[in-house]
Amino acid sequence: MAFSRKDLLGMRDLEVDEIETILDTAESLKEINTRSIKKVPTLRGKTVVHLFYEPSTRTRTSFDIAAKRLSADTYSISTSTSSMVKGETFLDTVKNLEAMQPDVFIIRHSASGTPHRIAQRTKASVINAGDGMHEHPSQALLDMLTIRQHKGRLDGLTVLIVGDIAHSRVARSNIWGLTKMGARVVVCGPPTLLPSHLEHLPVTVSLRLEPVIPEADVIMVLRLQKERQGQGLLPSLREYAAYYGIDSKKLAHAKPDVLIMHPGPMNRGVEISPEVADGPHAVILDQVSNGVAVRMALLYLLVQRDESAD
Amino acid sequence: MEIVLRGGRILDPQRRIDRIGDLIIRNGVIHELVWEPHAVSPSSQTRVIDVTGKWVVPAWVDMHVHLREPGEEYKETIMTGTAAAVAGGFGAVACMPNTKPVNDCAAVTSFITRRAFEQGHCHVYPVAAISKGLKGEELAEFGELREAGAVAVSDDGRPVMNAALMRRALEYAKAFDLLVITHAEETALSQGGHMHEGVMSTRLGLQGIPAAAEAVMIARDVLLAELTGGRLHVAHVSTEASVWILREAKRRGIPVTCETAPHYFTLTDEFVEGFDTVYKVNPPLRTRRDVEAIKEALADGTIDVIATDHAPHSLLEKDTEFQDAANGMIGLESALPLVLNLIEEGVGDPLDILAKVTWNPSKILGIPFGSLRKGAPAHITIIDPNAEHVIDPETFQSKGRNCPFRGWSVKGRAVMTLVNGLVRYPFP
Repeated sequence: MAFSRKDLLGMRDLEVDEIETILDTAESLKEINTRSIKKVPTLRGKTVVHLFYEPSTRTRTSFDIAAKRLSADTYSISTSTSSMVKGETFLDTVKNLEAMQPDVFIIRHSASGTPHRIAQRTKASVINAGDGMHEHPSQALLDMLTIRQHKGRLDGLTVLIVGDIAHSRVARSNIWGLTKMGARVVVCGPPTLLPSHLEHLPVTVSLRLEPVIPEADVIMVLRLQKERQGQGLLPSLREYAAYYGIDSKKLAHAKPDVLIMHPGPMNRGVEISPEVADGPHAVILDQVSNGVAVRMALLYLLVQRDESAD
Repeated sequence: MEIVLRGGRILDPQRRIDRIGDLIIRNGVIHELVWEPHAVSPSSQTRVIDVTGKWVVPAWVDMHVHLREPGEEYKETIMTGTAAAVAGGFGAVACMPNTKPVNDCAAVTSFITRRAFEQGHCHVYPVAAISKGLKGEELAEFGELREAGAVAVSDDGRPVMNAALMRRALEYAKAFDLLVITHAEETALSQGGHMHEGVMSTRLGLQGIPAAAEAVMIARDVLLAELTGGRLHVAHVSTEASVWILREAKRRGIPVTCETAPHYFTLTDEFVEGFDTVYKVNPPLRTRRDVEAIKEALADGTIDVIATDHAPHSLLEKDTEFQDAANGMIGLESALPLVLNLIEEGVGDPLDILAKVTWNPSKILGIPFGSLRKGAPAHITIIDPNAEHVIDPETFQSKGRNCPFRGWSVKGRAVMTLVNGLVRYPFP
């Protein structure tokens, strides 16, 4: 099918066939990443601007590599190098860049909703690379691609998301994406890290890991932000690791072919033990590889829409 | 000088009068109400205004507005704010003290009353601060503030977190017959929040403010009102839990009154969906269930007053990330049709609903408004209840454009506002 969106802002508003198109496109582009010369001319002459207003290594590099492998010209602006430090607003920065005729803005911002706000004000395509606690759609797509590669399907699987659901954009995007594709999502974490009114989202909630581990085909471990303890949401990291950390002892009750995923960066010994992170069930580095393919697919589909509109 | 308002539907909520008649104004005072049509034969000195098909009601009173002067005149001034008031049908407003400098001393109160006298289009009643600098530490000088013209005290925008200070405020205010208006918010619960905590905040990834942040503070303050016997008024009530606490407090005979604002009975947190900062307000827009509870409380009299919490902001504060945007929406020029809509929805009859914007706030503030009885000052609003129009903030007198009702098709508008018998709207 043709992909006709201008922007990719979140998983919540994507249709099932659009998700399939993105995953299939990513699958077909994956091969480029294994060539000795990893570059195709698809986006030659196109301009991609990265606006990363929050620290990021893997997402930013992944998008940059994806754009360059498709031969786009890329430019990076971050908080420390932008005129924000001179008092310019984010919108003014974007308006000025807009005047230089970019084709795509890739936006990471600490405030929920920023990519949506910018998308309404610019002709360029906007990709949400993570906004506040809201969504991180490319992460969910690479997670879904990884699951599909290992399990052959998404439909009918049970995916357990463990940890700080309340502050996680990765969890939100995955909840929408996975359930649309027919997976069942179970979320588990201490009640202080679960958002309010979860019962209105398409998820099953468990406050303890033990009963839900055996059901899981996939366990998605979320990074615990250590400052949550300072905010009074957790008594100690030690207790968190004991009850919600994924270690081999807890994994002994899991399905033999369970997949362990983590969006990174990991706090080894807190939410995931080193044995599990490096163990046979872990597909964490596959996720990273798939990230490039998914982001190539997104850039290709958004820019190609633009071409067909001309 | 005599004005005859001829043939209108005269609605006086204070005395529960609702009938067709003529209203005669002489020397700025209501001279006579005449029920036989055309009984009055006008002299050459008389201005006769035909108000057939219109409502003649006491001028509306908004007991909760922000006029931003002194200090933030780029957002609003006493002149523009009061122009917005009369255009919206209001003949009096009470303005909150969070100006720059804060209205916590007689000098600032006097400045406001003087500026209002010189430039205002309607009456302005200053609400002074409870605590010096709104810091919640020391009481402001209530006696001097009262003498300078303050009608109430409030740290609006900020709650008084120290319960002992709130107790002292309620006690001390009794000496000067000042109303204490509470901004009910437990900040340890609301801290970091940008919208109502619920399904929508979870979906949008915005930190939420639980309904309990408001209700626990109301519970504290009604208990303090019971302890002290001070007159307490709860500002901008927005939740179901707040309503049941207030209902119970009133049942117990605690001296408490309260208000809500049109957006709390018209909008829900679902409007935040697109991250539009025009919907960012404190307390935040709540759920449908809360909206229904607010309407029930309006219907059964638990909520005494509808005020707008008119809070103008410039684009500087609003055209930014949702989490960084200022709280507040304007309300003076959109309130009237939204309030009348309550009658349409069956929340109350015209007299019940009009009481909440006329007699009740006047009585609570102790100001000479809200009545059409003979001898009262002629503060009158003439309403065309059937005027259909589309709300367009670009035509507003207010400097604020942060109106969430832009583009709404509504029914009812003020066609004339008289203050002391003088036509203050439409503008000459």
